[in-house]
Amino acid sequence: MAIIETKNLTYTYPGAAKPSINDVSMKVEKGEFVLITGPSGCGKTTLCRCFNGLIPHFYQGEIKGEITVAGMNPTKHHTHEMAKSVGMVFQNPENQLFALSIEKDVAFGLENLGVPREEIRRRVDWALMQTGIYDLRERSPHEVSGGQQQRVAIAAVLAMKPEIIVLDEPTSFLDPLSAEKIFEVIHELNRKLGITVVLVEHRLDLTAKYADHIIIMDEGKVCFDGNPREILSTEETRLIGVGIPKATLLYQLLRKEGIKLSDVTPLSSEELATLLLEALKPQ
Amino acid sequence: MIEVENVHFTYPNGVEALKGVSLTIRDGEFVAIMGQNGAGKTTLIKHFNGLLKPTKGTVRVDGVETVKTSVAALARNVGFVFQNPDHQLFSETVEEEIAFALKNFGFDAEVIEKRISWALNLLGLEQYRKTSPFLLSGGERKRVALASVLAWDPKTLVLDEPTIGQDYQQKEKLRQFIVQMQTQGKTVVVVTHDVEFVAECNPRVVLMKDGKIVADGEGRTILTNPEILAQSSVVLPQITQIFMRLTPLGLPKDVIDVYEAKEILLKCWRRSGGK
Repeated sequence: MAIIETKNLTYTYPGAAKPSINDVSMKVEKGEFVLITGPSGCGKTTLCRCFNGLIPHFYQGEIKGEITVAGMNPTKHHTHEMAKSVGMVFQNPENQLFALSIEKDVAFGLENLGVPREEIRRRVDWALMQTGIYDLRERSPHEVSGGQQQRVAIAAVLAMKPEIIVLDEPTSFLDPLSAEKIFEVIHELNRKLGITVVLVEHRLDLTAKYADHIIIMDEGKVCFDGNPREILSTEETRLIGVGIPKATLLYQLLRKEGIKLSDVTPLSSEELATLLLEALKPQ
Repeated sequence: MIEVENVHFTYPNGVEALKGVSLTIRDGEFVAIMGQNGAGKTTLIKHFNGLLKPTKGTVRVDGVETVKTSVAALARNVGFVFQNPDHQLFSETVEEEIAFALKNFGFDAEVIEKRISWALNLLGLEQYRKTSPFLLSGGERKRVALASVLAWDPKTLVLDEPTIGQDYQQKEKLRQFIVQMQTQGKTVVVVTHDVEFVAECNPRVVLMKDGKIVADGEGRTILTNPEILAQSSVVLPQITQIFMRLTPLGLPKDVIDVYEAKEILLKCWRRSGGK
């Protein structure tokens, strides 16, 4: 069952000469881990802003076509209603955090919804545990590291028990190890809790291995949509400026030279190493 | 040349961000500073154009101590592009944004026009010449900030996280541009978390941790040393990760480049009699 669906969605920011997304029709199934990528300025962030109604409620502008998210129409429902089903996490966690303690930050959304006190306590503790920051709950979000801050932002969204979490380059500001850990947390939420994940990312080296489904955009349109292993193995993907994982690129280069490797395109270093050990072991 | 000698820096709130850093960057070098969030990377590079002055120790740029000169005087030679483009953009159009510094430095109208076109073309922003920077995407705004600094052709370029929000082609263009700057004897310093970008460029890598430099050397040497990297919260490049797992084949571990990897594996395949 599709949890997000758009049909011929077109949107133009106020004052812009042309639409930022143009005639976009796409579907995300419930429980999927979807990666949205494409060249800088291709419309990926704009598309995500439509999912919880930031477009058009906050950004204004002109929207055409159909969109359904978790059974609601974000152009009609208010952002605070959408927020119960769709959580958003942005690039810079500092822009999202403001409370005096981490647990207060995580509780904020629930307090606004008027959730009973006991339930808030339970959900906040649960979200802090899921993201591995329970021990930091009394600290100020501004005195912890960038990676921990991004976990707070994810916990705050998770406490709302959303069906969908949308993350827009959530690790760009984090050091590589913290980034890797954040992606693991997101992957766990998807796998264990069945939360639908929509991840906007350029760095496929770090993320392609988690995805069930990939959508590639260019100039406001969807140009590829499907299985990551199939799509990332095409030449066209590389030509529009998508940085395919190095392991996938190396696999392609070796196959071109005639080395026989499995037909299943690898998306991570572990996968390619396994294929190579098999193919190159001394006879 | 940038000479940093035993620099300590404490912010007004008491946080000691640099705890005795010494580093010399020669003209024409390309240096990537990497390390954990909060390690002091941005604090360090803000000393290179005098935005911050050391609490203890000295920073000299081309022989002049930064405490004895102004940011304005240093800026002509040291161009600085911030991590967050919104901290530096303010003009109504992309073109005006780029023209601003050029006018301040007193360039002729004709030169300004040429420089603007050159910078827009270099960064793929021609179509946005008359657009407000605030209508652009995050990645595009980042390139406008970069264009506005490149336009005045500083001798040293300091870039804080230049690859955030950039797609593969933009990163490749940035890499080529940096190589071109080096051949002109110019210096480029980047602060970055982007391991794959650094692996593609193979610059000198300086690793920081807790306000100190913990490693300094050729990219290939540093990026293939798992113990050193782990200390600074940096991970191995994907190609190196692959080679670490191929030890049963007797292959080297210090490989970071995908094309070099291809050659090594082809040789190994032919040797094993592969068909």
